[in-house]
Amino acid sequence: MTPASAGPCPAIALEGVSIVFGAGASAYEAVANVDLRVAPGEFVAIVGPTGCGKSTLLNVVAGLLAPARGKARVGGVEVRGVAASAGYLFQQDALMPWKTALANVSVALEVGGVAPAEAKSRAEKWLARVGLARFAERYPHQLSGGQRKRVALAQTLIRDPAVLLMDEPFGPLDAQTRGLMGDLLLSLWQADRKAVLFVTHDLDEAIALADRVVVMSAGPSSRVVSRHVVALPRPRESADIRLDPAFHALRGAIWSDLKAEVMKAYGEQFGEIAP
Amino acid sequence: MSRGQLLAWRIAVAVVLIGGWHIASNYPVFGDVKTIRFFFSTPGDVALKIWKFFATGMIWKHLWITLEETLLAFVIGAGAGVAVGFWFARQPRVAAVFDPYVKMANALPRVVLAPIFMLWFGLGIWSKVALGVTLVFFIVFFNVYQGVKEVSPVVLANARMLGMNERQLLRHVYWPSALSWMFSSLHTSVGFALVGAVVGEYLGAASGLGYVIHEAEGTFDVTGVFAGMVVLSAFVLIVDHGVTLIEGRLMKWRPGAGEGR
Repeated sequence: MTPASAGPCPAIALEGVSIVFGAGASAYEAVANVDLRVAPGEFVAIVGPTGCGKSTLLNVVAGLLAPARGKARVGGVEVRGVAASAGYLFQQDALMPWKTALANVSVALEVGGVAPAEAKSRAEKWLARVGLARFAERYPHQLSGGQRKRVALAQTLIRDPAVLLMDEPFGPLDAQTRGLMGDLLLSLWQADRKAVLFVTHDLDEAIALADRVVVMSAGPSSRVVSRHVVALPRPRESADIRLDPAFHALRGAIWSDLKAEVMKAYGEQFGEIAP
Repeated sequence: MSRGQLLAWRIAVAVVLIGGWHIASNYPVFGDVKTIRFFFSTPGDVALKIWKFFATGMIWKHLWITLEETLLAFVIGAGAGVAVGFWFARQPRVAAVFDPYVKMANALPRVVLAPIFMLWFGLGIWSKVALGVTLVFFIVFFNVYQGVKEVSPVVLANARMLGMNERQLLRHVYWPSALSWMFSSLHTSVGFALVGAVVGEYLGAASGLGYVIHEAEGTFDVTGVFAGMVVLSAFVLIVDHGVTLIEGRLMKWRPGAGEGR
């Protein structure tokens, strides 16, 4: 069952993953030969310039996208088809607009065979946990962007997935709401530490949330440039942690890696930047 | 403009139109009153005729027949449109094969089918229903096809990640999406069902509003034609209002529906 390597089986593992879009002469290699492990209970953030293929890596772990080479494992099992044990929080709105907040959350249990009455009462509890008890009967278009993210969070977590995949989930939100959502995520995560793979382009957010930050290079053929351990104490609060001198030291170190890649990505897109 | 003002203006338009008609057909302002009456009748006579329609009760039977044809045409046409729309959207190969034929059939003016339907289904209600079905089917079919095709890929990916199988995706994602597109065309398709029914009756029938109008035309009874048209228009407004009520109930999750955003 477990891979031959020593130590406990990682919750998420990417082994030599390459992702290619298209075929023949027009083929585009987005990601080249990425190895990445997330230990059980570990929160790993991936940062990288726009278009470096960090989101496609999540799709490979989720089983929504098949890699050209290499493989992904969740809980030691190779991902084939949609990874049932993974929860995925998308960047865009992914709620079903024709269902109320409550129905969006409870359907996540119902499709797994939970009786509707029980699914509903558990969904109500989860909505309360994300602070939306009063909004259960609202439809997504009647909620703010932040509230929709809270519903999506409840929808994902109610299934109790073994691992969490997050694709810039708070990207579309304003800065304050993003900070609050980060705190909410950490407080929920603290309760039963699942392994998390969190993709973001916001370095501050990555450091504030994660145990480890992985920097990806600019595309095409993006790869892992460096890995940094975030040894800041938990529990954290996003507003306070950003004032910590250790935060700044770490930020400086990671940014020096990231900056080079960001400049390269801009060079690819817009030609050389005049000094 | 406030609600009251709007209503006042609307009534003013009706007063001017009907008043002008009344004056032209009763006083020799625009020429010979008899000629004008022959071609346009008078508002008073039309009102009297409508009152007679309802007082004698003869119109109810015709209204009922037309309503029956409209509803049958809508239900059968919409049902077939949803089924085929779903099938084509989920089976792109089938859609590709049938594409030119669907376009060809849709391009055909439906009126030319009326005599054939009469030959096939007789002069009763079914030839009218068939004509309505050919109109409703294509509207619903195109909308459902689009609705299933244009399900948001993110919503779909999310539903998959929540562990939905093909059947559950159909029920929780594709079906509501297709329905919402179908309902967005509800007014049009109910309207077309009615057009099919009335045109069918007009071309050959023994009852229905189209028949009433056609019969009056056959005897140069302009008053009867106008009375029939007024009743038909009122009937359309009432049916359309019913559709709006149904829409409001079923589509309340939609932005803008139900709460006037």
